Amino acid sequence: MLDTQTNRHLPALPLLRVNAVHKVFDASNGTIEALRDINMTIEKGEFICVLGASGCGKSTLLRIIAGFEKATRGSVSVYGVDVDRPGPERGMVFQDYALFPWLTIRENINFGPRHRGIPGPDVANLTDRFLAMVGLTAFADRYPHQLSGGMKQRVAIARVLANDTDILLMDEPFGALDALTRSKLQEELIDIWQSTKLTVIFVTHSVEEAVLLADQVIVMTAGPGRVDCQIKIDLPRPRDVSSPEFNAVRRDVTRRLTSHISRNRPAGTIADS
Amino acid sequence: MSLQVTVAEPARGVATAQEVVDPIPAVARAPRQRLRAIALAAIAPVCLLLFWEAMVRWTGTRLIPTPRDVAIMMWDFAFGGIYDDAYSASLPIHFWKSVQRVYGGFFCAAAIGIPLGLLIGRAPLIRKLLEPTFALLRPIPVTAWLPLSMIFFGLGPKSAIFLVFLGAFYPILLNTVFGVKSVDPRLFEAAEMLGCSGSKLFRAVVLPAALPSIFNGLRLGAGFAWILIVVGEMTGVPEGLGAVIMDGRTLSRTDLVITGMIIIGITGFISDRILVLLNNYFLRWSPQHHA
Repeated sequence: MLDTQTNRHLPALPLLRVNAVHKVFDASNGTIEALRDINMTIEKGEFICVLGASGCGKSTLLRIIAGFEKATRGSVSVYGVDVDRPGPERGMVFQDYALFPWLTIRENINFGPRHRGIPGPDVANLTDRFLAMVGLTAFADRYPHQLSGGMKQRVAIARVLANDTDILLMDEPFGALDALTRSKLQEELIDIWQSTKLTVIFVTHSVEEAVLLADQVIVMTAGPGRVDCQIKIDLPRPRDVSSPEFNAVRRDVTRRLTSHISRNRPAGTIADS
Repeated sequence: MSLQVTVAEPARGVATAQEVVDPIPAVARAPRQRLRAIALAAIAPVCLLLFWEAMVRWTGTRLIPTPRDVAIMMWDFAFGGIYDDAYSASLPIHFWKSVQRVYGGFFCAAAIGIPLGLLIGRAPLIRKLLEPTFALLRPIPVTAWLPLSMIFFGLGPKSAIFLVFLGAFYPILLNTVFGVKSVDPRLFEAAEMLGCSGSKLFRAVVLPAALPSIFNGLRLGAGFAWILIVVGEMTGVPEGLGAVIMDGRTLSRTDLVITGMIIIGITGFISDRILVLLNNYFLRWSPQHHA
Protein backbone atom coordinates (compact mmCIF):
# COMPACT_ATOMS: atom_id res chain seq x y z
CA MET A 1 0.00 0.00 0.00
CA LEU A 2 3.00 2.27 0.13
CA ASP A 3 2.78 4.66 -2.73
CA THR A 4 5.81 6.54 -3.92
CA GLN A 5 5.25 9.70 -5.84
CA THR A 6 6.12 9.23 -9.48
CA ASN A 7 5.42 11.42 -12.38
CA ARG A 8 2.90 9.44 -14.34
CA HIS A 9 2.51 12.07 -17.07
CA LEU A 10 -1.20 12.43 -16.61
CA PRO A 11 -2.95 14.19 -19.45
CA ALA A 12 -4.64 16.71 -17.15
CA LEU A 13 -2.79 18.68 -14.50
CA PRO A 14 -3.47 17.62 -10.93
CA LEU A 15 -5.54 19.99 -8.84
CA LEU A 16 -2.85 20.49 -6.23
CA ARG A 17 0.79 19.65 -6.32
CA VAL A 18 3.32 20.06 -3.53
CA ASN A 19 6.82 20.02 -5.05
CA ALA A 20 9.85 19.28 -2.85
CA VAL A 21 8.74 21.69 -0.16
CA HIS A 22 11.27 22.48 2.57
CA LYS A 23 10.57 24.76 5.46
CA VAL A 24 13.17 26.08 7.87
CA PHE A 25 12.24 28.40 10.73
CA ASP A 26 14.71 30.79 12.27
CA ALA A 27 14.99 30.32 16.01
CA SER A 28 17.04 32.17 18.59
CA ASN A 29 19.59 29.35 18.80
CA GLY A 30 19.88 28.44 15.13
CA THR A 31 17.34 27.15 12.69
CA ILE A 32 14.64 24.52 13.01
CA GLU A 33 13.90 22.33 10.05
CA ALA A 34 10.13 21.89 10.10
CA LEU A 35 9.59 20.18 6.75
CA ARG A 36 11.97 18.23 4.52
CA ASP A 37 11.26 17.38 0.91
CA ILE A 38 7.48 17.11 0.98
CA ASN A 39 5.92 15.90 -2.25
CA MET A 40 2.31 15.18 -2.89
CA THR A 41 -0.17 15.24 -5.71
CA ILE A 42 -3.85 15.64 -4.99
CA GLU A 43 -6.55 15.05 -7.57
CA LYS A 44 -9.88 16.81 -7.70
CA GLY A 45 -12.52 15.36 -5.39
CA GLU A 46 -10.12 13.48 -3.10
CA PHE A 47 -10.48 13.50 0.65
CA ILE A 48 -6.95 13.51 2.07
CA CYS A 49 -6.10 13.26 5.74
CA VAL A 50 -2.64 14.33 6.86
CA LEU A 51 -1.94 12.36 10.00
CA GLY A 52 0.89 12.84 12.43
CA ALA A 53 1.89 13.57 15.99
CA SER A 54 2.14 17.10 17.33
CA GLY A 55 5.18 18.90 15.99
CA CYS A 56 5.52 16.88 12.81
CA GLY A 57 4.91 19.96 10.68
CA LYS A 58 1.52 18.95 9.36
CA SER A 59 -0.03 22.30 10.26
CA THR A 60 2.95 24.12 8.75
CA LEU A 61 2.45 22.17 5.54
CA LEU A 62 -1.22 23.13 5.47
CA ARG A 63 -0.32 26.79 6.10
CA ILE A 64 2.14 26.69 3.21
CA ILE A 65 -0.54 25.23 0.93
CA ALA A 66 -2.93 27.95 2.13
CA GLY A 67 -0.30 30.59 1.35
CA PHE A 68 0.00 31.92 4.91
CA GLU A 69 3.64 30.81 5.06
CA LYS A 70 6.22 30.65 2.30
CA ALA A 71 8.18 27.48 1.65
CA THR A 72 11.92 27.91 2.14
CA ARG A 73 12.43 25.79 -0.97
CA GLY A 74 10.04 24.04 -3.31
CA SER A 75 6.63 25.12 -4.49
CA VAL A 76 2.91 24.55 -4.29
CA SER A 77 0.86 24.74 -7.44
CA VAL A 78 -2.85 24.66 -8.19
CA TYR A 79 -3.60 23.40 -11.70
CA GLY A 80 0.04 24.00 -12.53
CA VAL A 81 0.10 27.61 -11.34
CA ASP A 82 2.45 28.34 -8.45
CA VAL A 83 0.83 29.96 -5.43
CA ASP A 84 2.58 32.05 -2.80
CA ARG A 85 -0.28 33.90 -1.15
CA PRO A 86 -3.73 33.08 0.21
CA GLY A 87 -6.44 32.78 -2.40
CA PRO A 88 -10.16 32.04 -2.46
CA GLU A 89 -9.63 28.73 -4.31
CA ARG A 90 -7.95 27.40 -1.15
CA GLY A 91 -10.37 27.89 1.75
CA MET A 92 -9.07 27.35 5.26
CA VAL A 93 -11.05 26.14 8.26
CA PHE A 94 -9.13 26.88 11.46
CA GLN A 95 -9.28 24.94 14.69
CA ASP A 96 -10.22 28.10 16.59
CA TYR A 97 -12.85 29.04 13.96
CA ALA A 98 -11.47 32.57 13.29
CA LEU A 99 -14.96 33.94 12.62
CA PHE A 100 -15.30 37.70 12.51
CA PRO A 101 -16.90 38.39 15.89
CA TRP A 102 -18.40 41.72 14.78
CA LEU A 103 -20.33 40.17 11.91
CA THR A 104 -23.52 38.15 12.18
CA ILE A 105 -23.53 34.55 11.01
CA ARG A 106 -25.03 35.66 7.69
CA GLU A 107 -22.40 38.38 7.25
CA ASN A 108 -19.61 35.97 8.14
CA ILE A 109 -20.79 33.54 5.48
CA ASN A 110 -21.12 36.18 2.77
CA PHE A 111 -17.85 37.96 3.66
CA GLY A 112 -15.97 36.38 0.75
CA PRO A 113 -18.62 36.90 -1.95
CA ARG A 114 -19.19 40.52 -0.84
CA HIS A 115 -15.49 41.34 -1.00
CA ARG A 116 -15.15 39.77 -4.40
CA GLY A 117 -17.85 42.08 -5.74
CA ILE A 118 -20.61 39.58 -6.40
CA PRO A 119 -23.97 41.42 -6.89
CA GLY A 120 -26.25 41.72 -3.86
CA PRO A 121 -29.14 39.43 -4.84
CA ASP A 122 -26.71 36.64 -5.77
CA VAL A 123 -24.92 37.04 -2.46
CA ALA A 124 -28.23 36.72 -0.61
CA ASN A 125 -29.17 33.52 -2.47
CA LEU A 126 -25.73 32.07 -1.93
CA THR A 127 -25.82 32.86 1.77
CA ASP A 128 -29.26 31.34 2.23
CA ARG A 129 -28.16 28.19 0.46
CA PHE A 130 -25.12 27.63 2.63
CA LEU A 131 -26.90 28.64 5.83
CA ALA A 132 -29.38 25.89 5.03
CA MET A 133 -26.62 23.43 4.12
CA VAL A 134 -25.08 23.71 7.59
CA GLY A 135 -28.48 23.96 9.28
CA LEU A 136 -28.06 27.44 10.72
CA THR A 137 -30.85 29.32 8.95
CA ALA A 138 -32.53 30.06 12.29
CA PHE A 139 -29.32 31.60 13.63
CA ALA A 140 -28.50 33.77 10.63
CA ASP A 141 -28.71 37.05 12.52
CA ARG A 142 -26.89 35.98 15.68
CA TYR A 143 -23.31 36.89 16.49
CA PRO A 144 -20.59 34.24 16.84
CA HIS A 145 -20.33 34.68 20.62
CA GLN A 146 -23.91 33.44 20.90
CA LEU A 147 -23.12 30.08 19.26
CA SER A 148 -21.60 26.86 20.55
CA GLY A 149 -18.25 25.59 19.25
CA GLY A 150 -19.88 23.11 16.89
CA MET A 151 -22.10 25.78 15.38
CA LYS A 152 -19.16 28.16 14.97
CA GLN A 153 -17.25 25.50 13.07
CA ARG A 154 -20.28 24.96 10.80
CA VAL A 155 -20.25 28.69 10.07
CA ALA A 156 -16.53 28.53 9.28
CA ILE A 157 -17.15 25.69 6.82
CA ALA A 158 -20.12 27.48 5.22
CA ARG A 159 -18.06 30.68 4.94
CA VAL A 160 -15.45 28.87 2.85
CA LEU A 161 -18.00 26.94 0.77
CA ALA A 162 -19.96 30.11 0.00
CA ASN A 163 -16.74 31.60 -1.37
CA ASP A 164 -16.72 28.89 -4.04
CA THR A 165 -13.50 27.24 -2.92
CA ASP A 166 -11.90 24.35 -4.80
CA ILE A 167 -9.87 22.95 -1.95
CA LEU A 168 -11.05 22.84 1.63
CA LEU A 169 -8.06 23.02 3.97
CA MET A 170 -8.91 21.95 7.51
CA ASP A 171 -6.47 22.31 10.39
CA GLU A 172 -7.65 19.97 13.16
CA PRO A 173 -11.06 21.59 12.75
CA PHE A 174 -12.87 19.41 15.26
CA GLY A 175 -10.05 19.24 17.81
CA ALA A 176 -11.70 21.65 20.24
CA LEU A 177 -15.13 20.02 20.14
CA ASP A 178 -16.68 17.42 22.42
CA ALA A 179 -16.90 13.85 21.14
CA LEU A 180 -20.61 13.95 20.27
CA THR A 181 -20.44 17.21 18.36
CA ARG A 182 -17.27 16.01 16.65
CA SER A 183 -18.85 12.86 15.27
CA LYS A 184 -21.92 14.78 14.16
CA LEU A 185 -19.76 17.28 12.30
CA GLN A 186 -17.63 14.52 10.77
CA GLU A 187 -20.80 13.00 9.36
CA GLU A 188 -21.99 16.38 8.05
CA LEU A 189 -18.61 17.06 6.49
CA ILE A 190 -18.74 13.78 4.60
CA ASP A 191 -22.26 14.63 3.38
CA ILE A 192 -21.09 18.05 2.21
CA TRP A 193 -18.01 16.60 0.55
CA GLN A 194 -20.08 13.98 -1.29
CA SER A 195 -22.68 16.49 -2.45
CA THR A 196 -20.24 19.22 -3.53
CA LYS A 197 -17.40 17.12 -5.02
CA LEU A 198 -14.94 19.27 -3.10
CA THR A 199 -11.32 18.38 -2.51
CA VAL A 200 -10.49 18.21 1.18
CA ILE A 201 -7.11 18.25 2.91
CA PHE A 202 -7.77 17.52 6.55
CA VAL A 203 -5.02 17.67 9.17
CA THR A 204 -5.53 15.57 12.27
CA HIS A 205 -3.64 13.63 14.92
CA SER A 206 -6.51 11.20 15.44
CA VAL A 207 -6.09 7.88 13.63
CA GLU A 208 -9.78 7.14 13.99
CA GLU A 209 -10.76 10.47 12.45
CA ALA A 210 -8.35 9.96 9.56
CA VAL A 211 -9.58 6.44 8.82
CA LEU A 212 -13.20 7.50 9.14
CA LEU A 213 -12.93 10.41 6.72
CA ALA A 214 -10.15 9.88 4.22
CA ASP A 215 -9.78 8.31 0.81
CA GLN A 216 -6.11 8.54 1.43
CA VAL A 217 -4.13 9.05 4.63
CA ILE A 218 -0.75 10.74 4.43
CA VAL A 219 1.31 9.74 7.45
CA MET A 220 3.93 12.26 8.53
CA THR A 221 6.87 11.80 10.86
CA ALA A 222 8.48 14.42 13.03
CA GLY A 223 11.90 15.99 13.31
CA PRO A 224 12.09 17.13 10.52
CA GLY A 225 8.58 16.69 9.16
CA ARG A 226 8.51 14.22 6.31
CA VAL A 227 5.94 12.13 4.51
CA ASP A 228 6.34 8.57 5.73
CA CYS A 229 3.77 6.93 3.52
CA GLN A 230 0.41 7.29 1.87
CA ILE A 231 -2.23 4.76 2.78
CA LYS A 232 -5.33 4.28 0.66
CA ILE A 233 -8.47 3.64 2.71
CA ASP A 234 -10.79 1.41 0.69
CA LEU A 235 -13.52 0.97 3.29
CA PRO A 236 -16.98 1.54 1.83
CA ARG A 237 -18.93 4.59 2.97
CA PRO A 238 -20.72 5.27 5.23
CA ARG A 239 -18.04 3.84 7.49
CA ASP A 240 -18.88 2.18 10.76
CA VAL A 241 -16.24 2.82 13.43
CA SER A 242 -17.33 -0.26 15.37
CA SER A 243 -16.96 -2.72 12.48
CA PRO A 244 -14.08 -5.23 12.50
CA GLU A 245 -12.90 -4.03 9.08
CA PHE A 246 -12.62 -0.48 10.34
CA ASN A 247 -10.71 -1.61 13.40
CA ALA A 248 -8.30 -3.63 11.30
CA VAL A 249 -7.45 -0.60 9.18
CA ARG A 250 -7.19 1.58 12.22
CA ARG A 251 -4.76 -0.88 13.82
CA ASP A 252 -2.58 -0.87 10.70
CA VAL A 253 -2.45 2.90 10.53
CA THR A 254 -1.78 3.21 14.25
CA ARG A 255 1.09 0.76 14.00
CA ARG A 256 2.56 2.67 11.10
CA LEU A 257 2.30 5.92 13.02
CA THR A 258 3.62 4.72 16.37
CA SER A 259 6.55 2.84 14.87
CA HIS A 260 8.06 6.28 14.29
CA ILE A 261 7.14 7.84 17.57
CA SER A 262 8.71 4.93 19.48
CA ARG A 263 11.97 5.57 17.65
CA ASN A 264 12.29 8.41 20.08
CA ARG A 265 13.28 11.22 17.87
CA PRO A 266 13.29 14.61 19.50
CA ALA A 267 10.53 16.80 18.11
CA GLY A 268 12.20 19.62 16.23
CA THR A 269 15.91 18.97 15.82
CA ILE A 270 18.28 21.80 15.15
CA ALA A 271 19.32 21.62 11.54
CA ASP A 272 23.01 21.74 10.77
CA SER A 273 22.63 24.01 7.76
CA MET B 1 -32.47 -6.11 28.20
CA SER B 2 -33.63 -4.33 25.14
CA LEU B 3 -32.69 -0.80 24.54
CA GLN B 4 -35.43 1.11 22.89
CA VAL B 5 -34.56 4.32 21.27
CA THR B 6 -37.56 6.60 21.47
CA VAL B 7 -35.95 9.98 21.25
CA ALA B 8 -37.05 11.65 18.08
CA GLU B 9 -33.89 12.58 16.31
CA PRO B 10 -33.94 16.18 15.16
CA ALA B 11 -33.23 16.70 11.51
CA ARG B 12 -29.52 16.28 11.17
CA GLY B 13 -27.62 19.45 10.71
CA VAL B 14 -30.31 21.52 12.37
CA ALA B 15 -28.98 22.93 15.59
CA THR B 16 -31.19 22.49 18.61
CA ALA B 17 -32.07 25.35 20.89
CA GLN B 18 -30.00 24.09 23.81
CA GLU B 19 -26.89 24.49 21.75
CA VAL B 20 -27.21 28.24 21.82
CA VAL B 21 -25.46 30.07 24.59
CA ASP B 22 -27.75 32.94 25.44
CA PRO B 23 -25.81 35.75 27.08
CA ILE B 24 -28.72 37.86 28.35
CA PRO B 25 -30.91 35.83 30.67
CA ALA B 26 -33.87 37.04 32.77
CA VAL B 27 -34.68 40.43 31.29
CA ALA B 28 -37.53 40.76 33.81
CA ARG B 29 -35.14 41.33 36.72
CA ALA B 30 -33.65 44.41 35.05
CA PRO B 31 -35.74 47.29 36.56
CA ARG B 32 -35.16 46.19 40.17
CA GLN B 33 -31.46 45.69 39.47
CA ARG B 34 -31.35 49.18 38.02
CA LEU B 35 -32.97 50.80 41.05
CA ARG B 36 -30.57 48.95 43.29
CA ALA B 37 -27.61 50.15 41.23
CA ILE B 38 -28.79 53.76 41.42
CA ALA B 39 -29.34 53.50 45.19
CA LEU B 40 -25.87 52.02 45.71
CA ALA B 41 -24.27 54.68 43.53
CA ALA B 42 -26.02 57.47 45.49
CA ILE B 43 -24.64 56.41 48.88
CA ALA B 44 -21.18 57.94 48.48
CA PRO B 45 -22.29 61.37 47.12
CA VAL B 46 -24.94 61.70 49.88
CA CYS B 47 -22.33 60.85 52.55
CA LEU B 48 -19.99 63.40 50.98
CA LEU B 49 -22.70 66.10 51.17
CA LEU B 50 -23.44 65.27 54.82
CA PHE B 51 -19.73 65.33 55.67
CA TRP B 52 -19.29 68.66 53.87
CA GLU B 53 -22.25 70.19 55.76
CA ALA B 54 -20.99 68.83 59.09
CA MET B 55 -17.43 70.07 58.56
CA VAL B 56 -18.57 73.59 57.54
CA ARG B 57 -20.71 73.81 60.67
CA TRP B 58 -18.12 72.29 62.97
CA THR B 59 -15.25 74.50 61.84
CA GLY B 60 -17.44 77.60 61.41
CA THR B 61 -15.47 78.54 58.29
CA ARG B 62 -16.54 81.49 56.13
CA LEU B 63 -14.38 80.37 53.21
CA ILE B 64 -16.47 77.42 52.20
CA PRO B 65 -20.24 77.67 51.74
CA THR B 66 -22.67 74.99 52.90
CA PRO B 67 -24.26 72.65 50.33
CA ARG B 68 -27.45 74.70 50.76
CA ASP B 69 -25.66 77.92 49.77
CA VAL B 70 -24.21 76.19 46.73
CA ALA B 71 -27.63 74.84 45.77
CA ILE B 72 -29.02 78.41 45.89
CA MET B 73 -26.08 79.61 43.81
CA MET B 74 -26.69 76.85 41.27
CA TRP B 75 -30.35 77.84 41.00
CA ASP B 76 -29.40 81.47 40.50
CA PHE B 77 -26.68 80.51 38.00
CA ALA B 78 -29.19 78.49 36.02
CA PHE B 79 -32.40 80.53 36.29
CA GLY B 80 -31.56 83.83 38.05
CA GLY B 81 -33.96 85.70 40.33
CA ILE B 82 -31.97 85.42 43.57
CA TYR B 83 -28.75 87.43 43.43
CA ASP B 84 -29.34 89.04 40.05
CA ASP B 85 -25.66 89.71 39.45
CA ALA B 86 -23.37 89.13 36.49
CA TYR B 87 -23.67 85.36 36.86
CA SER B 88 -27.42 85.05 37.27
CA ALA B 89 -29.05 82.92 34.58
CA SER B 90 -25.75 82.73 32.71
CA LEU B 91 -25.39 78.93 32.82
CA PRO B 92 -26.59 78.33 29.23
CA ILE B 93 -23.98 80.60 27.62
CA HIS B 94 -21.08 79.32 29.77
CA PHE B 95 -22.19 75.74 29.33
CA TRP B 96 -22.59 76.08 25.56
CA LYS B 97 -19.16 77.70 25.13
CA SER B 98 -17.44 75.00 27.15
CA VAL B 99 -19.26 72.18 25.38
CA GLN B 100 -18.21 73.64 22.02
CA ARG B 101 -14.56 73.81 23.08
CA VAL B 102 -14.52 70.40 24.73
CA TYR B 103 -16.08 68.67 21.73
CA GLY B 104 -14.17 70.80 19.26
CA GLY B 105 -10.89 69.63 20.78
CA PHE B 106 -12.17 66.11 21.35
CA PHE B 107 -13.41 65.59 17.79
CA CYS B 108 -10.17 67.00 16.36
CA ALA B 109 -8.27 64.55 18.59
CA ALA B 110 -10.46 61.65 17.44
CA ALA B 111 -10.32 62.69 13.78
CA ILE B 112 -6.52 62.71 13.83
CA GLY B 113 -5.83 60.13 16.56
CA ILE B 114 -7.89 57.24 15.17
CA PRO B 115 -6.61 57.23 11.55
CA LEU B 116 -3.06 57.90 12.72
CA GLY B 117 -3.35 55.12 15.30
CA LEU B 118 -4.62 52.69 12.64
CA LEU B 119 -1.65 53.57 10.42
CA ILE B 120 0.95 53.36 13.21
CA GLY B 121 -0.49 50.07 14.40
CA ARG B 122 -0.54 48.51 10.93
CA ALA B 123 2.36 50.05 8.98
CA PRO B 124 5.79 49.33 10.49
CA LEU B 125 7.43 52.14 8.52
CA ILE B 126 5.05 54.78 9.86
CA ARG B 127 5.42 53.30 13.34
CA LYS B 128 9.20 53.65 13.17
CA LEU B 129 8.86 57.18 11.82
CA LEU B 130 6.41 58.56 14.35
CA GLU B 131 6.26 56.46 17.51
CA PRO B 132 9.54 57.72 19.07
CA THR B 133 8.48 61.34 18.53
CA PHE B 134 5.13 60.75 20.20
CA ALA B 135 6.83 58.93 23.06
CA LEU B 136 8.98 62.04 23.52
CA LEU B 137 6.12 64.54 23.39
CA ARG B 138 3.67 62.58 25.51
CA PRO B 139 5.23 63.10 28.97
CA ILE B 140 5.07 66.89 28.57
CA PRO B 141 2.15 68.08 30.72
CA VAL B 142 -0.56 69.80 28.74
CA THR B 143 -0.38 72.78 31.11
CA ALA B 144 3.23 73.31 30.02
CA TRP B 145 1.93 74.03 26.53
CA LEU B 146 -0.19 76.89 27.84
CA PRO B 147 2.26 79.76 27.15
CA LEU B 148 3.13 78.44 23.69
CA SER B 149 -0.48 77.82 22.79
CA MET B 150 -1.30 81.39 23.76
CA ILE B 151 1.44 82.55 21.39
CA PHE B 152 0.30 80.21 18.60
CA PHE B 153 -3.42 80.82 18.87
CA GLY B 154 -3.74 84.04 20.81
CA LEU B 155 -5.86 84.72 23.85
CA GLY B 156 -9.14 83.04 23.15
CA PRO B 157 -11.11 79.91 22.39
CA LYS B 158 -8.65 78.50 19.82
CA SER B 159 -6.04 78.17 22.51
CA ALA B 160 -8.50 76.33 24.77
CA ILE B 161 -9.46 73.98 21.95
CA PHE B 162 -5.80 73.26 21.27
CA LEU B 163 -5.13 72.31 24.89
CA VAL B 164 -8.21 70.08 25.03
CA PHE B 165 -7.06 68.51 21.77
CA LEU B 166 -3.60 67.77 23.21
CA GLY B 167 -5.10 66.20 26.32
CA ALA B 168 -7.52 63.98 24.42
CA PHE B 169 -5.17 63.08 21.58
CA TYR B 170 -2.70 60.74 23.30
CA PRO B 171 -5.17 58.38 24.97
CA ILE B 172 -7.09 58.06 21.70
CA LEU B 173 -3.93 57.51 19.65
CA LEU B 174 -2.30 55.04 22.04
CA ASN B 175 -5.43 52.96 22.55
CA THR B 176 -6.04 52.80 18.81
CA VAL B 177 -2.45 51.64 18.22
CA PHE B 178 -2.83 49.05 20.97
CA GLY B 179 -6.14 47.87 19.51
CA VAL B 180 -4.64 47.40 16.05
CA LYS B 181 -1.57 45.60 17.36
CA SER B 182 -3.68 43.15 19.35
CA VAL B 183 -5.94 42.04 16.48
CA ASP B 184 -5.85 38.23 16.26
CA PRO B 185 -3.58 37.48 13.25
CA ARG B 186 -5.92 34.59 12.38
CA LEU B 187 -8.56 37.16 11.39
CA PHE B 188 -6.20 38.65 8.80
CA GLU B 189 -5.49 35.17 7.48
CA ALA B 190 -9.20 34.38 7.37
CA ALA B 191 -9.94 37.61 5.47
CA GLU B 192 -7.09 37.04 3.03
CA MET B 193 -8.07 33.49 2.19
CA LEU B 194 -11.60 34.78 1.52
CA GLY B 195 -10.21 37.22 -1.02
CA CYS B 196 -9.96 40.44 1.01
CA SER B 197 -6.46 41.86 1.11
CA GLY B 198 -4.35 45.01 1.01
CA SER B 199 -6.00 48.27 1.98
CA LYS B 200 -9.45 46.64 2.05
CA LEU B 201 -8.35 44.95 5.28
CA PHE B 202 -8.47 48.32 7.09
CA ARG B 203 -12.19 48.69 6.69
CA ALA B 204 -13.05 45.00 6.84
CA VAL B 205 -10.85 43.80 9.72
CA VAL B 206 -8.55 46.37 11.35
CA LEU B 207 -11.18 48.98 12.21
CA PRO B 208 -13.88 46.68 13.62
CA ALA B 209 -11.39 44.50 15.49
CA ALA B 210 -9.75 47.55 17.08
CA LEU B 211 -13.07 49.17 17.93
CA PRO B 212 -13.18 48.04 21.59
CA SER B 213 -9.79 49.67 22.22
CA ILE B 214 -10.75 52.75 20.21
CA PHE B 215 -13.80 53.24 22.41
CA ASN B 216 -11.62 52.89 25.50
CA GLY B 217 -9.41 55.64 24.11
CA LEU B 218 -12.41 57.83 23.27
CA ARG B 219 -13.78 57.53 26.80
CA LEU B 220 -10.39 58.33 28.33
CA GLY B 221 -9.91 61.18 25.87
CA ALA B 222 -13.32 62.69 26.61
CA GLY B 223 -12.50 62.52 30.32
CA PHE B 224 -9.23 64.37 29.79
CA ALA B 225 -11.02 66.91 27.59
CA TRP B 226 -13.32 67.87 30.45
CA ILE B 227 -10.39 67.98 32.88
CA LEU B 228 -8.48 70.30 30.57
CA ILE B 229 -11.31 72.70 29.84
CA VAL B 230 -10.55 74.62 33.06
CA VAL B 231 -6.91 74.96 32.04
CA GLY B 232 -7.95 75.84 28.50
CA GLU B 233 -10.29 78.59 29.70
CA MET B 234 -7.59 80.11 31.88
CA THR B 235 -6.30 81.65 28.67
CA GLY B 236 -8.42 84.74 29.02
CA VAL B 237 -11.74 83.74 27.49
CA PRO B 238 -14.70 85.61 29.02
CA GLU B 239 -17.20 82.75 28.91
CA GLY B 240 -17.10 79.07 29.76
CA LEU B 241 -17.37 76.93 32.86
CA GLY B 242 -13.60 77.05 33.35
CA ALA B 243 -13.68 80.86 33.05
CA VAL B 244 -16.45 80.97 35.67
CA ILE B 245 -14.31 78.95 38.07
CA MET B 246 -11.35 81.26 37.48
CA ASP B 247 -13.60 84.30 38.07
CA GLY B 248 -14.94 82.74 41.25
CA ARG B 249 -11.40 82.30 42.45
CA THR B 250 -10.50 85.92 41.70
CA LEU B 251 -13.66 87.20 43.37
CA SER B 252 -13.30 84.80 46.34
CA ARG B 253 -16.74 83.41 45.52
CA THR B 254 -16.31 79.80 46.53
CA ASP B 255 -19.99 79.09 45.89
CA LEU B 256 -19.43 79.99 42.25
CA VAL B 257 -16.29 77.81 42.11
CA ILE B 258 -18.10 74.79 43.55
CA THR B 259 -21.09 75.41 41.26
CA GLY B 260 -18.76 75.32 38.26
CA MET B 261 -17.09 72.17 39.55
CA ILE B 262 -20.38 70.35 40.04
CA ILE B 263 -21.67 71.31 36.60
CA ILE B 264 -18.46 70.12 34.94
CA GLY B 265 -18.72 66.88 36.89
CA ILE B 266 -22.32 66.27 35.84
CA THR B 267 -21.70 67.20 32.20
CA GLY B 268 -18.60 65.02 32.03
CA PHE B 269 -20.61 62.16 33.52
CA ILE B 270 -23.43 62.57 30.98
CA SER B 271 -20.94 62.82 28.13
CA ASP B 272 -19.34 59.58 29.29
CA ARG B 273 -22.74 57.85 29.49
CA ILE B 274 -23.42 58.88 25.88
CA LEU B 275 -20.11 57.34 24.85
CA VAL B 276 -21.00 54.19 26.80
CA LEU B 277 -24.32 53.97 24.94
CA LEU B 278 -22.50 54.33 21.61
CA ASN B 279 -19.93 51.79 22.81
CA ASN B 280 -22.62 49.26 23.68
CA TYR B 281 -24.38 49.82 20.38
CA PHE B 282 -21.30 49.48 18.17
CA LEU B 283 -19.89 46.61 20.24
CA ARG B 284 -23.18 44.74 20.50
CA TRP B 285 -21.31 41.74 19.11
CA SER B 286 -19.10 41.61 22.18
CA PRO B 287 -20.85 41.75 25.57
CA GLN B 288 -17.49 41.50 27.34
CA HIS B 289 -16.72 45.00 26.12
CA HIS B 290 -19.96 46.50 27.38
CA ALA B 291 -19.55 49.13 30.06
